[in-house]
Amino acid sequence: MLRLLEGWIKSALLEIQEYARLQSATVRGCVTRPFYFRDVVEQFEQIGIGSLTVVLLTGFFTGAVLALQTGITLDQFGARPFVGRLISASMIKELGPVLTGLMLAGRVGSGIAAELGSMVVTDQINALRTLGTDPVRKLVVPRVLAGVFMAPVLTVVANTVGIIGGWLIAVFQLRVASSLYWTSVIEGLYLEDAWMGLIKPFCLGFAIVTIGCHVGLRTHGGTQGVGRATTNAVVASSVAVIAVDFFVTRLLITLLY
Amino acid sequence: MGFAAQRSASLEEGLGAGSPVLIFDKVSLAFDDKVILKDISFTVIVGHTKIILGASGSGKSTILKLVLGLLRPDEGIIWVNGERVDQMTEQQMMKVRADLGMVFQEGALFDSLTVAENVGYKLYEETDMPTDQVHRRVEEVLGFIGLGEYSDRMPSELSGGQRRRVAIARAMAAKPRILLYDEPTTGLDPITATTVDDEIIKLRDFENVSSILVTHQLRDAFYVATHEAVRRDDGVLQIVPADPEKSEEAEFIMLKDGGVAFEGYAAELRASSDAYLKTFLS
Ligand SMILES: Nc1ncnc2c1ncn2[C@@H]1O[C@H](COP(=O)(O)OP(=O)(O)OP(=O)(O)O)[C@@H](O)[C@H]1O
Ligand SMILES: [Mg+2]
Repeated sequence: MLRLLEGWIKSALLEIQEYARLQSATVRGCVTRPFYFRDVVEQFEQIGIGSLTVVLLTGFFTGAVLALQTGITLDQFGARPFVGRLISASMIKELGPVLTGLMLAGRVGSGIAAELGSMVVTDQINALRTLGTDPVRKLVVPRVLAGVFMAPVLTVVANTVGIIGGWLIAVFQLRVASSLYWTSVIEGLYLEDAWMGLIKPFCLGFAIVTIGCHVGLRTHGGTQGVGRATTNAVVASSVAVIAVDFFVTRLLITLLY
Repeated sequence: MGFAAQRSASLEEGLGAGSPVLIFDKVSLAFDDKVILKDISFTVIVGHTKIILGASGSGKSTILKLVLGLLRPDEGIIWVNGERVDQMTEQQMMKVRADLGMVFQEGALFDSLTVAENVGYKLYEETDMPTDQVHRRVEEVLGFIGLGEYSDRMPSELSGGQRRRVAIARAMAAKPRILLYDEPTTGLDPITATTVDDEIIKLRDFENVSSILVTHQLRDAFYVATHEAVRRDDGVLQIVPADPEKSEEAEFIMLKDGGVAFEGYAAELRASSDAYLKTFLS
């Protein structure tokens, strides 16, 4: 029993050490040459454009359902006209970043783990190294850059369509005047919130992609291993989204407000 | 076009004809508690072929990965091209790999790139060679292995034998002085296997490439050892049986239980009376 625990702790520590090493190698790869520019562009497209549909849909329906639910609650206080304020505040500070993060974990985190994992088990990573390419620079750096910069962009997109979704419900279902909704949305926006809404997805994007890469590159055990790695990547990066969100929120509240 | 890696004059002289380009000295490696290689020693001479035989799981691929620095030995010393590689960092190893080409067991082609991009990968991405020159070299190499018209295909659209040949083309594109082949003919029909063997012979005899050939296809091993490539008077390349002296440029080693069970030439291997060798040969 004790041995089992010891073995478990040892492998957990090893995993953390390897993850930290990958992160530092990635940062080094971002600031030194060689730099694979074409792969970076390709990944921006893959991760950014490719995730647009899912982010648009999630954002829209989240805003809409938020309007429905808060409409009922606000009615109890006769505050229905303030629905815009609630939607903009909660979308921008919390729901936009977290839901976009979760969607990216499902789509991007798993995709990266599966792709890198199958490259490991078919010796393609070894082939890269043999041909003189550092896999971290060639594969990890472009994905991390794309994740870190596209996550905030996608979050802004999700926020925007979320607020639009809320507006549709507010106007057609709750019968709130359109102008009232929009003034209320603007009133609900503070500069601090905007900062929080942009810094969070930055950190979430980094966590999702680095976890996907780490899990993918440590794949072993053939095709079965690739399946395992994909599942692990989704689970780990989803949990990381929620956890990182909490810690970043905690930190930003101290710093910004 | 010259070779991939530049060498100083003295190193060039030191690695001239008859000298070893690759040395394993008492190399041992274990995965966890399982000993895979134990005190393995051998050398590969410039322009010669070392043919490694052995049952499945005997550590043949592992030896090639040690040469490339993809794995590190637990004990022992490995020299490649006059440099000691067993203690090198990944970054130092990149310089040594510039002069090495590897044909992986399953080909390991990049499946997101076309055949031409695979073959030219190293030249495109890791050298300053102008693009049109790279194109010419890719065409040349694809012509060499007879897959010229396949350059825009994806690897998934190729047959197993074609993939193997593309893998050879990729390994030789940057003109390395040492080529490592990991079971390049396993699973191929005898005709295709012979074309692959012919490529190996041509590279050895016309480009003076030193090589390690891992296989458990004895037919191919003996074929490579006992044939040579010659250019006829009308310029056509031909593969012909080699004289006995030439076939001593190919040496066999047989791995068994982590050690070397046999070391010698084709003729000696055929004549051996060792029981294990006999079962392996029959
Ligand atoms: N990463 C690894 N972790 C643990 N064991 C490994 C690893 N790679 C290889 N092995 C073990 O090392 C032994 C030798 O493997 P290797 O791939 O060198 O065999 P091989 O001689 O090339 O066999 P084959 O002819 O089937 O290709 C095998 O028993 C294998 O199980
Ligand atoms: Mg093998």
